[in-house]
Parts: sequence; C-alpha cells; structure tokens
Amino acid sequence: MATSDTMHTTHAPHSSAHTALAHHFDNMEQQREAGTLGMWVFLVQEVMFFGGLFLAYLVYRTKYPMAFAAASSHLNWKLGAFNTVVLICSSLTMALAVWAAQIGRERRTQLLFMGLTALLGTVFLVVKAIEYTDKWHDRLFPVRGWFAPAPDAFPHTIAVENIQMFYWIYFAMTGLHALHMIIGIAILLPIMWKAWRGAYSPEYYAPVELFGLYWHFVDIVWIFLFPLLYLLGAHFGGGH
Amino acid sequence: MSEHIVSRKIYFAVFGALMLGTLLTVVAARIDFGPFNDIIAMTIAVAKALLVVLFFMHVRYGSRLNMVIVVSGFFWLAVMIAFTLSDYESRDWMPRVHDPNEPASVHR
Repeated sequence: MATSDTMHTTHAPHSSAHTALAHHFDNMEQQREAGTLGMWVFLVQEVMFFGGLFLAYLVYRTKYPMAFAAASSHLNWKLGAFNTVVLICSSLTMALAVWAAQIGRERRTQLLFMGLTALLGTVFLVVKAIEYTDKWHDRLFPVRGWFAPAPDAFPHTIAVENIQMFYWIYFAMTGLHALHMIIGIAILLPIMWKAWRGAYSPEYYAPVELFGLYWHFVDIVWIFLFPLLYLLGAHFGGGH
Repeated sequence: MSEHIVSRKIYFAVFGALMLGTLLTVVAARIDFGPFNDIIAMTIAVAKALLVVLFFMHVRYGSRLNMVIVVSGFFWLAVMIAFTLSDYESRDWMPRVHDPNEPASVHR
C-alpha cells in the first residue's frame, strides 16, 4: 500500500482517522481486509464442521439407498422448497443491506433490508418448527422409545433402523442449521440497533459486511441440504 | 485498492439465477434419470453455491489471499469426502480374512 510509509513516519493517523479504527491497524482499508480474512477463516472451519455431517450422510446413504429414498419421501418437500426460496430472498436482502451501508444510504434503508433479513429468517424457523412438529406427531423423532412410525408409513421390505438413521441425520443437520439461523438473528439485532444509531457509513460498515458473510454461508448449507434431504425419493412417485 | 461496490443489477441477476436453480432442482428431482438424479442435483447446488460465494460474499472482488483461504477450505473438504468414501467403497474388494481373535460382530 502506497500510503503505509507516510502513516508510519507521521505516527499520528488517529487524530484524523475514523473512530472505529483499532490502534494496531494502519488504516480502515487494512482493518477491513483483516476482518474479512478472519471471518473467512472462521467460515472455512464451519465448512469442515458441517462437512463431517455431510460425510456421515453420504456414507449411510450409499449403504442404505432405499431406506434413505423412502424416508426422504416422507418429508414435506413443498415446505422445504418454500424455505429454500425464503432463504434465498433473505440472502438478497442481506446483500442489499451491505450495499446500502457501503454507498452510504440513510439508516432507514439499511434498517429496512436488515429487518427484512431478520423477518425472513424468522419465517424460515417457523416453517421448520411446523415440520418438526409434524415429525414429532408421526413418531419420527429418532430417539429410542420415541421412534415408532406407523406400520404402513414405510415399505415393509425396509428395515426400520435404517429409516431411523435417516432421521438422525435429518435432525442433526437441519437442527444445527436452524441453530445457526437463531444465532444469526441474535447477532443481527444488535447490528440493527447500531445501524439505527447511525454507526455505519461508507468508511465503516465491517460488522454489516462480516455478518453478511455468515448469513450467506448459512444459506449455502441449506442449498445443499434441500436436495439431499427432501428430494431423494421424488422420482419414485413418493412425497406429498 | 479500495473496496468494490457490487451493483444492485448484479445482485438481482444472481437472485434470479438462484431462484431458477431451485426450480430446476425440484423439477429434475421428479423425473427419473437413474444415477444421474444425484449428479444433476449436486451440479445445480454447486453452481448456486458458487454464485453466492463469488457475488453475494464478494470473493470475486476480494484479495487473492482471501481467495486462497476459501479454495483451501473446500479443497480439504473434498479430500475428507473422497478419502473416506474410497475407503468405505473399497472395503468389500479384498477377500475377507478370518481372524480368530477378532469378534465376529466387527464384520459387516
């Protein structure tokens, strides 16, 4: 960076610099790049974290393909597709929230897009709760003593333990994903509070940008979960 | 090197592509392509994820160091999946040797 030499020699960047500039960074640009890099290191860790579950899914699915197709047919793919659309919309509104802060739109615009993101996230969680309730009533919650699907719910040729394995993976993966959504909304609310107080401007919007990265990552996880969990048995004529 | 501001036009175009991808995924899943159902579904999902990473997450406009971190993350994920699956898939290829000290339940 061309300006870094002068920064070091004058040693007085803070008098004129943005109040959000931490003392160990030369300038806002360097601080922003370091923050982005740090967030990506965290997200790569998240990729490995979810990756372990995707791997477990692949191993058991190759072992019990028919059980997974039958169990998948029992999920409500329409609700899954609806939630996919909801999450993609929330990613768009989040990208627009970052954009609004970046180009210095008034705080009302920033808040509108962040509010829509939080609202769509909540819609997703409500739909997820409806699905979980359905599974609970169908006795598909895969805990010993609770897992007892109706005798005609699945083909008799398929071992019920293998159906149960699908539901273990379904609840672990969607549960962990939903937990990420809950944490995401919990983080977004204080960012909205700061946006309301006018904290974000083209010079400083790092919290909005970094939160956006997290939110888009959670969207990506769902982009894979939807076909892998909901659509396996669709072409066998199953589903609702 | 200041930050790149992605225009709204690009965001809406990516959004449209993601919606189209979702529709394609649902339609393709209802047709029986045999073993290709999985390949089609995963190709669409990877394309959607790439769009989100490159445009919504600004990786296309970010620093090269950042790109290296992102690519390395997915590279190690691919290594983990490829090595583990090749182990599981190849277990039956070897003739099973009976070891009297090993409990029978270990064998599948």
